[in-house]
Amino acid sequence: MLNKTLAGLAKGLQQGEFSSVELAQAYLQRIKNEDSKYNSFITVTEELALQQAAAADASRAAGNASIMTGLPIAHKDIFCTQGVRTSAGSKMLDNFISPYDATVIRKFNAAGSVTLGKTNMDEFAMGSSNESSFYGPSRNPWNTQHVPGGSSGGSAAAIAAGLAPAATGTDTGGSIRQPAAFCNLTGLKPTYGRVSRYGMIAYASSLDQGGPMAQTAEDAAMMLNVMAGMDPLDSTSVERAVPDYTANLDAPLAGLKIGLPKEFFSASLNPEIAALVRAAVTEYEALGATVKEVSLPNTALSVPAYYIVAPAEASSNLSRFDGVRYGYRCEDPTDLEDMYKRTRGEGFGTEVKRRIMVGTYALSEGFYDAYYKKAQQIRRLIQQDFVRVLSEVDVIMGPTTPTPAFKLGEKTSDPVEMYMEDIFTLSLNLAGLPGMSIPCGMSNGLPVGLQIIGNYFAEEKLLNVAHKFQQATDWHTLKPAGL
Amino acid sequence: MEWETVIGLEIHAQLATTTKIFSGASTAYGAEPNTQACAVDLALPGTLPVFNENALRMAVMFGTAIDAEIGKVSVFDRKNYFYPDLPKGYQTSQLFYPIVGEGHIDIELEDGSTKRIGVTRAHLEEDAGKSLHEEFASMTGIDLNRAGTPLLEIVSEPDMRSAEEAVAYVKKIHSLVTNLGICDGNMAEGSFRCDCNVSVRYKGEALGNRTETKNINSFRFIEKAIKGEVARQIDILEDGGRITQETRLYDADKDETRSMRSKEEANDYRYFPCPDLLPIVIDDEYIDAIRKTLPELPDTRRARFINTYQLSSYDAGVLSAYKPLSDFFETVATTSADAKLSANWVMGELSKHLNQHDTDIKDSPVSAEQLGGLLQRIKDNTVSGNIAKKVFEAMWKEGGSADEIIEAKGLKQVTDTGAIEKIVDEVIANNQKQVDQYVAAEPDKRGKMIGFFMGQVMKVSGGKANPGQVQGMMKQKLDALCP
Amino acid sequence: MALNRTDVEKIAHLARLQIDENDVPEYAKNLSNILDLISQMQDIDTSDVEPLAHPLDAVQRLRADIITEQNQREHLQQAAPAVENGLFLVPKVIE
Repeated sequence: MLNKTLAGLAKGLQQGEFSSVELAQAYLQRIKNEDSKYNSFITVTEELALQQAAAADASRAAGNASIMTGLPIAHKDIFCTQGVRTSAGSKMLDNFISPYDATVIRKFNAAGSVTLGKTNMDEFAMGSSNESSFYGPSRNPWNTQHVPGGSSGGSAAAIAAGLAPAATGTDTGGSIRQPAAFCNLTGLKPTYGRVSRYGMIAYASSLDQGGPMAQTAEDAAMMLNVMAGMDPLDSTSVERAVPDYTANLDAPLAGLKIGLPKEFFSASLNPEIAALVRAAVTEYEALGATVKEVSLPNTALSVPAYYIVAPAEASSNLSRFDGVRYGYRCEDPTDLEDMYKRTRGEGFGTEVKRRIMVGTYALSEGFYDAYYKKAQQIRRLIQQDFVRVLSEVDVIMGPTTPTPAFKLGEKTSDPVEMYMEDIFTLSLNLAGLPGMSIPCGMSNGLPVGLQIIGNYFAEEKLLNVAHKFQQATDWHTLKPAGL
Repeated sequence: MEWETVIGLEIHAQLATTTKIFSGASTAYGAEPNTQACAVDLALPGTLPVFNENALRMAVMFGTAIDAEIGKVSVFDRKNYFYPDLPKGYQTSQLFYPIVGEGHIDIELEDGSTKRIGVTRAHLEEDAGKSLHEEFASMTGIDLNRAGTPLLEIVSEPDMRSAEEAVAYVKKIHSLVTNLGICDGNMAEGSFRCDCNVSVRYKGEALGNRTETKNINSFRFIEKAIKGEVARQIDILEDGGRITQETRLYDADKDETRSMRSKEEANDYRYFPCPDLLPIVIDDEYIDAIRKTLPELPDTRRARFINTYQLSSYDAGVLSAYKPLSDFFETVATTSADAKLSANWVMGELSKHLNQHDTDIKDSPVSAEQLGGLLQRIKDNTVSGNIAKKVFEAMWKEGGSADEIIEAKGLKQVTDTGAIEKIVDEVIANNQKQVDQYVAAEPDKRGKMIGFFMGQVMKVSGGKANPGQVQGMMKQKLDALCP
Repeated sequence: MALNRTDVEKIAHLARLQIDENDVPEYAKNLSNILDLISQMQDIDTSDVEPLAHPLDAVQRLRADIITEQNQREHLQQAAPAVENGLFLVPKVIE
């Protein structure tokens, strides 16, 4: 029962093959047995899971079950979960038991799903490898010497290792898509504003977006059905009807116009990845799509623009972690300034401090125009590129990452090298567009992801495009050896 | 060379909304610490602001009342600094695009002329919490009930040239915001606060360095603080010194300002647009609708009081400034049908009692109807002015209508000619010496001497004899004794 | 753009971050490299470009002025490092 997709498990529950409690117990047992290899969970919520599972079984018995009822889900430890430690992967919040639920958590609870636990992540979602977590790195189930990607690396590792059928993630610069690519998963970053950010611990407010990570596009659609929608508690969430994302998964792709940005296939792209992505595009042509080369000339600028906007917003968002009202406070502060500086100096890890400092510098007096304002202008240029191209094609395709999963420690010494990992994913966040990563092949035993980018609120189209590929191929069904 | 004072003021008016600017917690004053600080106010991780429509409406009311340009697009910015009563580590304010742009207000000067004071801008922002330094020996306690209370910061041009002008301006703004019903104006509770920017220069020369004095919570202190600060600056300059541009704190107990070094270190607030809030966009229709519903403003009311009630310019000014006082006066005037008498009593006896008991007109134990009823009894000669003061005293302490008190205490005026004549005769008979002096006096001196006999009659009658009747009869009888 | 020790210390102070004396050179180097990466932006002429603060050019939604939050002090203060008489405690603030 453990190797099924979310849709498969829903069917099993519906047909009475197993109960929600049995399902939860099986996953909890497997986490207990296996997770020491992957370190994918920060907190396993056994009691909560069994309680929710029992409630799910009861509501099914009473005839009140929905499709999500009793389905186990792991949540990235960035979503505040009432009564459960919510750490954001940081020492700063190691002792923080959230007194409230994030809107996303509340919606999953209301849908009857079962929370298995909270997954590992880069500290405050700042990282592309999960190595900045206070709880130690999570490992890639395809090769535990390699990173699972980040920042939603724990969610990706948990699904790939079969410790959860699906998980939530968040994506500020690629944090859903890149780990999905590294772990052979389907990950969707929705349009900015599609999913409520309330209760999702902020990294960069104008870029952050929650989304599903799953084994298939169909599962991602089921998850997004729960997650999407306007939230009165989030001013930036969008008032717009939420379609049933599972309804049009099977729509034919005949006539689909695909754009391939030449900038995504530059010399620095790993040739095996280039070949796999092109092969996937050929597959789409076989499904009736037409392909043309397009240009997103400002792609390279997305890295510098992102590494201003995100740290600037983060430097301000993370000011609330001051040791006054919750979270870590240093021992025996001598005075207020000492309390602030040691609390934050000791509570934050190196990468977080680095980004806070970059952001602080970029916003400081005399630099605002040259950095923050400039980056927001570049952002406009990047958006205009996409708007132009997406008026000519239905979706844009390219690689999710320039390389497959790299080794632990390989890029930790040079932050800039790590930042370049995100070159293909950052621009979507800057523009606020939706994007997916789906499995499209293997390179030296490591998964490779195909990125699909759509227009604003085109999640339904993206899921359809991804699903049809998964009907025609079986890359997404590959599992790490031994699983 | 003559010194000239240059004053600009920043007024923080707490808007009289029911809930906070960005959360649904109550803004009521005086609650137990932190019982009105919700998850958003505490800046719990993941929480987000949603803007209160009433705060917007009130800011626009103010803007239209001072003929200001209203920002059709206004934007919230973050002002970043660390302070324990600032939970997010930034204050949400409006730097670049305020809701209210340039406007003006006219103040009346002592010589009866008016002067136009420019308002540079007024912007929305959130208040901080309170730091309580006295309650614990080595610690400071933080109460966040006030955190997130909406403030309108009203910034004037440096148009004022004396402490008196500054006070007139502050009173005018105070009167305006209380009349609009957008601020309760309670300075003691901090609902209306004032920071004074003061500099001095030789007339005609460029502006000197200025200081900003904070923490002034009464009209009287504003005047004293400015005068003290002007004297301090002139002393320094005349001694050949320089004025340091700094923030100073007014200490009402010592009646002096002192430097606030803690706020002095290089302020670098790293302003940038708040990514959790979107631009506020309003149209002419919205502004016009508000303009149409503006209540009568003090200047209009003052003119009406002069025209309708024939009040002096001074009386009309005092009575029109504060809406509850204006309403009270008008009710008294209607009930008593004597506007001038009503004005005298409201500004005299009533105001004296309110001041003595530190009571707002809204909480006056004597209602306008009660006072009006009393004035009716003065007008119909039931009581004299002096007896009326006794009745008022009783009303203030014990309540009850004028008629009830007059009846119960037997204060009804004696108008019976026979009864009065009896007392007059008695007084003449018992004061032979004074009668002799009267008779012996020059006829033009006698008028003054009659006061003594009047006093005696009042004493004997317990103040109840009708003074007009007594006066006439006494004069007649005494003059009859003269040769 | 190379940041020196003083720059790093000034930024760390603004951000209220204690940085170990020995780590300052490493931070200076990494921050300088990041700023170099970022400096690519400066070659682009953006003088006519409107900054993009939000991906969707949406406008602020307004909330009705109605109390939705009740007192939850004890519940919310469970996470606090130091509380007395309902107040959050911090080292004495000197004004």
